[in-house]
Amino acid sequence: MNLRHLLCVALVGFGLQAHAALKVVACEPEWAALATELGGDQLQVSSATTALQDPHRIEARPSLIARVRNADLLVCTGMELETGWLPVLLQQSGNAKVAPGAAGFFEAGRFVTALDVPARLDRSDGDVHAAGNPHIQLDPRNIALVAKALAERLAQLDAANARVYQERHAAFAARWADALRRWEQQAAPLKGLSVVVHHKNMSYLSNWLGLREVGTLEPKPGLEPSAGHLGALKAQLAKQPAKLVVRAAYQDPRAAQWLSEQARIPAVVLPFTVGGNEQAKDLFGLFDSTLSLLLAAAR
Amino acid sequence: MFAIRSAVAGACLAATLPAFSQTASTASTAATPETSFNPAISLILNGTYANLSRDPETYRFQGFIPSGGEIGPGGRSFQLGESELTLSAAIDPTFNGRFTAAVTPENEVEVEEAWFERTGLFNGATLKGGRFLSSFGYLNGQHAHTWDFTDAPLAYQAFFGGALKNDGLQLRWLAPTDRFIELAAEVGAGRTFPGSDTSRNGAGVFALMAHTGDDIGASSSWRTGISWLRHRASQRTFEDSDSLGTPVTNSFTGRSTTWVLDAVYKWAPQGNATGRSFKLQGEYFRRSESGTLDFDTTSQAGGPLSDSYRNTQSGWYAQAVYQFMPRWRAGLRYDRLDAGNARIGLVDNGTLTEADLPSLIKAKPERSTVMLDYSPTEFSRVRLQFAADRSRGDGTDRQVFLQYIMSLGAHGAHTF
Repeated sequence: MNLRHLLCVALVGFGLQAHAALKVVACEPEWAALATELGGDQLQVSSATTALQDPHRIEARPSLIARVRNADLLVCTGMELETGWLPVLLQQSGNAKVAPGAAGFFEAGRFVTALDVPARLDRSDGDVHAAGNPHIQLDPRNIALVAKALAERLAQLDAANARVYQERHAAFAARWADALRRWEQQAAPLKGLSVVVHHKNMSYLSNWLGLREVGTLEPKPGLEPSAGHLGALKAQLAKQPAKLVVRAAYQDPRAAQWLSEQARIPAVVLPFTVGGNEQAKDLFGLFDSTLSLLLAAAR
Repeated sequence: MFAIRSAVAGACLAATLPAFSQTASTASTAATPETSFNPAISLILNGTYANLSRDPETYRFQGFIPSGGEIGPGGRSFQLGESELTLSAAIDPTFNGRFTAAVTPENEVEVEEAWFERTGLFNGATLKGGRFLSSFGYLNGQHAHTWDFTDAPLAYQAFFGGALKNDGLQLRWLAPTDRFIELAAEVGAGRTFPGSDTSRNGAGVFALMAHTGDDIGASSSWRTGISWLRHRASQRTFEDSDSLGTPVTNSFTGRSTTWVLDAVYKWAPQGNATGRSFKLQGEYFRRSESGTLDFDTTSQAGGPLSDSYRNTQSGWYAQAVYQFMPRWRAGLRYDRLDAGNARIGLVDNGTLTEADLPSLIKAKPERSTVMLDYSPTEFSRVRLQFAADRSRGDGTDRQVFLQYIMSLGAHGAHTF
C-alpha cells in the first residue's frame, strides 16, 4: 500500500514536472467560457466557433483540423448540433485522444434533460435532432449540470491538478447558485410573456423563464424564413398578439425586423452565447445581458 | 508519454478518490436500441436534362491520349445520373469503414469507395485501406454531389478520366503545429488511367501530397497543396484511326508522372456562411510521359510498329462561386488544357505521319462555364448550367444542363 502510494506520488510528480497546460477545444463559445471558469491557467482554451456563427453550419476549416489534432479535450454540445462539421474534424485530425468514446471527447448534451425530443424522425419536419433540441446553454441550470460533469472530466484527464478543478468548480458552483437566485428574481416579470423566435434555439431559455413561444420565423427548423410563412405569422399575431420577436446574434436580422414593423412589437437580439454582445463577456455576462434585454423590451 | 502519465495519474486518482471518478464514468448512458448499431445510410439521387449542340459520341480531348474514363458531358435529353448509396459506421473502437456504391443509369453497380480507416495509428496519423478517392489536389477527394458544377473540370477528365480511385493504402499525417500541415502517401494498383493493369505484384501508382492552410481573420480561410503521382502503364491501349481511316488500336507502355498544384480560398462574413459566401478555387496539372508507343497492335493497318513516345502536357481550371443570398449561388469556371509537343519516334523517323495518329495532333482545348443553383435546404439542390466547350479542337459545343441533386438519409459532413 505504502509502496504503491509512493510510486503514485513519484510518477505524478514526474508528470507535474513535464506538465503543459491541457489543450481544450470547445465547439461553442459557452463551453470555452465554462472550461476557463473551471480550469483557469491550467488550461489552454479555444473555441471553434464564435457567437456570430451558426453552430449548425460551420466549415471544417484547415485551422480547425489543426486545432483538433493538438487538442487534449474536445468540449461540444453533441445532440447532433455539430453533425455537419465535427465528424470531418475528428476524421481528418488523426487524434485518437478526442475520438468519440475516448475520455478526451466531452458532450455537454449528455448531462442535461433534453427538450423537444421528436416523436418521429422525418426530414419533412425540417432539421430535427433525434436526441432533442441541442441549444441547451440558455438555461443556467444546465450550465450548472455541465460544469459538474466537465470538472470531473478535467480531473480525470489531468489528475495531477484534480484538486484545482474541484476547488475551482466548488467556487464556480457557489457563485453560479447566487447568480441563479438573482436572475430568477429579476426575471419574475417575464413569466408568461409571449414571444416569436427566429429558430427553435431559445426553448431552454423559454422553459426556464416560463416564456410562451407562439411562433417561429422559420417555417420549419433549419428552413429560411419565407414570405408566405411570415405573412401567415403576421395574420396569426393579429389574433393572438406576441410581445416580442427574439433572435440570436448570428441570425439574419431581416425577417425579425419585418415582423417587428408589421406587428409593431420590439425585435430583440439576444447574445445567445458568450461573445454575442459587448456585455456577454463570460457566462455571467451572458445571462445578465439576456435578462436585461428581455426586461427592457417587455416593459 | 502523455498517455502513460495520465493513465498512471488516473489510476492513482481512482485509488484515492473512488466516488469522484465513478460519477465521471457513469455519465448518463441511455439505453441504445439494437437498430442504433446499424450503419449510417445515405442515398444521393441525381439527374440532368442536357441540351448539347454537338453529338456527345464524338467528344474527345484533342491531343490527349484517350483515358477510356468518364469524359464529356454525358448523353442528351433527360438522364439519370449515378445514384450513390453510402453506408458508414465505426467498425469497433479502432476502425471506421465506409462503402459507396454507384448505381449507373445502365443498371450496373460500381464500387466507388470501400475502405476502412484507422485513426490515431500514431499521433496525428491515419491509415486507410481499400478503394478510396485519392487525396491528391483539391476536388479529387470529393464526391460528385458536392461539386459546384454539373461536371468535373476538364483537367480531371483528360488527365485521370474523372476522379482517381485507388485500390491500395493511404497514410496521412498531420503535423503537430498550429498551422494545418498535412502530409500523405498512397500506394495502389494503379489499374485506371493513366496507369493500366500491369499484372505485376508491385504497386502501379505511388502518390505523395502535402497540404497546408489557415485562416485570415474571422472571415476568410484558405488551403493549398502540391501532389506528385507516378503511374506505371503497361500496354495502355486506346482506339484511333490511321491516315486512311482504318480503325487501329495503339498502346503506350512507360512511366507517367503528374504534378498537381491546388488552392482554395473561402470567405463568409464573420465566418457565417448562411447568408453570403464566396469560394475561389483552382488547380494546375502537369504530366510527363515517356516510354514506347505501339501502333496498330492488332495488325489492321500494317502494324504492329513500335518506337519511343515522350510528351509533357498541362491543364488548369479556375472557378469562383458566390452565394449572394441564402439558398442561391452563382458560379463561373474556366478550363484550359495544353496537349504539349509530343515526340513520337514513329513520326520523327518517317515511318508514320501525324495523320496516322489523329487523336494526338496538338491542340489547346478550353471551356467556359456559368451556373446558377438553388438549394431549398442542405439536402436538395437544383442547378442550371451553360458551357461553351472547345475540347474537340474543331468548333464549339454549346451545352445546357438542368440538374437536380437530392440527398436522402444520413447526410455526411462536408470537407473544406
